[in-house]
Amino acid sequence: MAAPAIPATGRAIEVRASRGLWRDAMRRLLRNKPALLGLLFIGIFVFAAVFAPLIAPYGPLEGTLVQRMKPPGGAHLFGTDLQGRDELTRILYGAQVSLLAGVASVIMGLSIGGIAGALAGGLGGWVDSVLMRVVDVMLSIPGILLAIGIVAWLDRGLPQIMFAVAMTNAPIFARILRGSLLSLRNSDYVTAAQSIGAPPSRILLRHMLPNSLTALIVAATLALATAIIDVAGLGFLGLGPPDPRTPEWGTMLTDSTKFLRQAPWLIFLPGLAIVISAIGFNLLGDGLRESLDPRLKR
Amino acid sequence: MIDPNLGSVVASPTPAGVGSNEVDGAGRPLVEVDRLKVYFPITEGLVFERHIGDVQAVDGVTFSLRRGETLGLVGESGCGKSTTGRAIIRLYKPTEGSISFDGVDLTTLSGDQLRRMRRRMQMIFQDPYASLNPRMTAGGIIGEPLEIHGIGSGGERRERVRELLATVGLNPDFGERYPHEFSGGQRQRIGVARALALNPDLIVADEPISALDVSIQAQIINLLERLQGQFDLTYLFIAHDLSVVRHISDRIAVMYLGRIVELAPSRDLNTRPLHPYTVALLSAIPIPDPAIESRRRRIILKGDVPSPAAPPEGCRFHTRCWLREKLGNPERCVTEDPALRLIETGHEAACHFAEDVAGSVEQQQVVGRPASRPRSSTPVASPGDGAAAGDPAAVQQIPTA
Repeated sequence: MAAPAIPATGRAIEVRASRGLWRDAMRRLLRNKPALLGLLFIGIFVFAAVFAPLIAPYGPLEGTLVQRMKPPGGAHLFGTDLQGRDELTRILYGAQVSLLAGVASVIMGLSIGGIAGALAGGLGGWVDSVLMRVVDVMLSIPGILLAIGIVAWLDRGLPQIMFAVAMTNAPIFARILRGSLLSLRNSDYVTAAQSIGAPPSRILLRHMLPNSLTALIVAATLALATAIIDVAGLGFLGLGPPDPRTPEWGTMLTDSTKFLRQAPWLIFLPGLAIVISAIGFNLLGDGLRESLDPRLKR
Repeated sequence: MIDPNLGSVVASPTPAGVGSNEVDGAGRPLVEVDRLKVYFPITEGLVFERHIGDVQAVDGVTFSLRRGETLGLVGESGCGKSTTGRAIIRLYKPTEGSISFDGVDLTTLSGDQLRRMRRRMQMIFQDPYASLNPRMTAGGIIGEPLEIHGIGSGGERRERVRELLATVGLNPDFGERYPHEFSGGQRQRIGVARALALNPDLIVADEPISALDVSIQAQIINLLERLQGQFDLTYLFIAHDLSVVRHISDRIAVMYLGRIVELAPSRDLNTRPLHPYTVALLSAIPIPDPAIESRRRRIILKGDVPSPAAPPEGCRFHTRCWLREKLGNPERCVTEDPALRLIETGHEAACHFAEDVAGSVEQQQVVGRPASRPRSSTPVASPGDGAAAGDPAAVQQIPTA
């Protein structure tokens, strides 16, 4: 009368406990050496941004012209800039601007692109056609050019920079989410959900979006890298924060280009900061791509 | 044996279903499909789509499913068998025709009414890897139908999921695991458990074993057969492999290009196939008896299946039919579309010349089955007959060496 005997097929995996998908992914991520290096870079970057006021030896605006362009060493570990301000302090504070602008622009881009992609992939039909043509047009304009146009149009300012970078990312997110939803719409488990009577909203929220999430997480991590570069690029082109004293990596580069031969550290050190943070997010993004795919087990 | 608690949590199926189950085959059929057509539009243009034609996936199919029986639906890929199954579950809206389920016309239902009817019919899918959401636990997947239809409290649902896992032969503690932690056969069991969750009357099994290892196939078939007896299930069993279908089906419908070309009790279809296409299909099945197998001749059909967007005039099979060539290409096959007609008791075929198939050398050849299969009165063809009598131009008889 008891339930049918458990077949031998059940034995093999009976031994170990079930692992959640996220924990499983985390375990795989921590085994991925490049991703760990990426995490380390990001850790340094975030630490610098968060604790800049505590660890910076000087104030970001404090300095005298007497102390200008001092080479690294002594009282100023990274030397001083054209106005005699401590370069290390300014790089640490610059991380704040980059992190804030990068994260905010990716969140903004993710929201705009995510909604557009969900509408296109979820509704299909003419909504899809129209939205995707808009995306095509936006993607045909080089990202930095689009950002320059938007900042020029909306005037300079940190929120404008965030929005401009967000708009270069949004079409990428839209396309990724739409593609993912389209492929899921015909998947058997979505059909299965339809056959048991699941309403469309539930199918989208419980079955399609969770399975599109990994693609978006990877894309967002990689987008953080380009966002940091784009923010610095806008600063380098003179479209950085309106207050010229703001410690911003791109702006710091522009200011020092004319003195490349006299004070090369003023180019290399902020440049290195940009590279390290961008590489960090790129490595993490690639690592996430590998570890989040449940089909690539162990 | 039957778990006495099973179904205690979930309301039993409607009284009408239970009542007529006792009458069994004698009562009204559970499902009646009448001249069902499912066309998929072919469109052109990006923003403004123009309708330029139709893929006639299912083009006028009529059959019924009796309570408690297994109807096998076979045919090549693209013949419309899956579309027929999915139209019955109302995953596709029929273009024309009607599907009645226990007397209710499904084609006109929508919204809540349709959702309520869906409790009574479920589906099992071909690919056990693709049909389970990788982000949900086995318990979540099996319990989802209960959740959607608001059956039971959280605790009751969990208990029901454990029962279902046990019913399909899995450890009840496996509910917390994710699909990727299971093997193919185990995943298919989860799919079966999901289909059982709502105590359905009908299960459409869309090639449920085609993607599994041969050793696992038998397990799943046995499971399905056991569950049918346990829960009074009616199966529509879709497959491309006649050898599997004839093992578990009471009746078999053979489809070709959106039509049913032959519909007969399983035994009759195997012993007296009456449509040239069925004969060709049967000729492809190896016989597990070396003496007979060595004499088996395959009928190789010429060419490919024509496009369902532009099916041939007249009989849809005429472009590939061996019988037509043997009969000297009668004009009737090209001009007149043969209807499915009753030729023997309970045995329908859609061929103008079905009577010529009966007793033909080709038919005799393919029914040379081992003794385990009922062979009835049809004599086994002697080895010499086929080679001597068959017209070599009409039928390519290739020894299966």
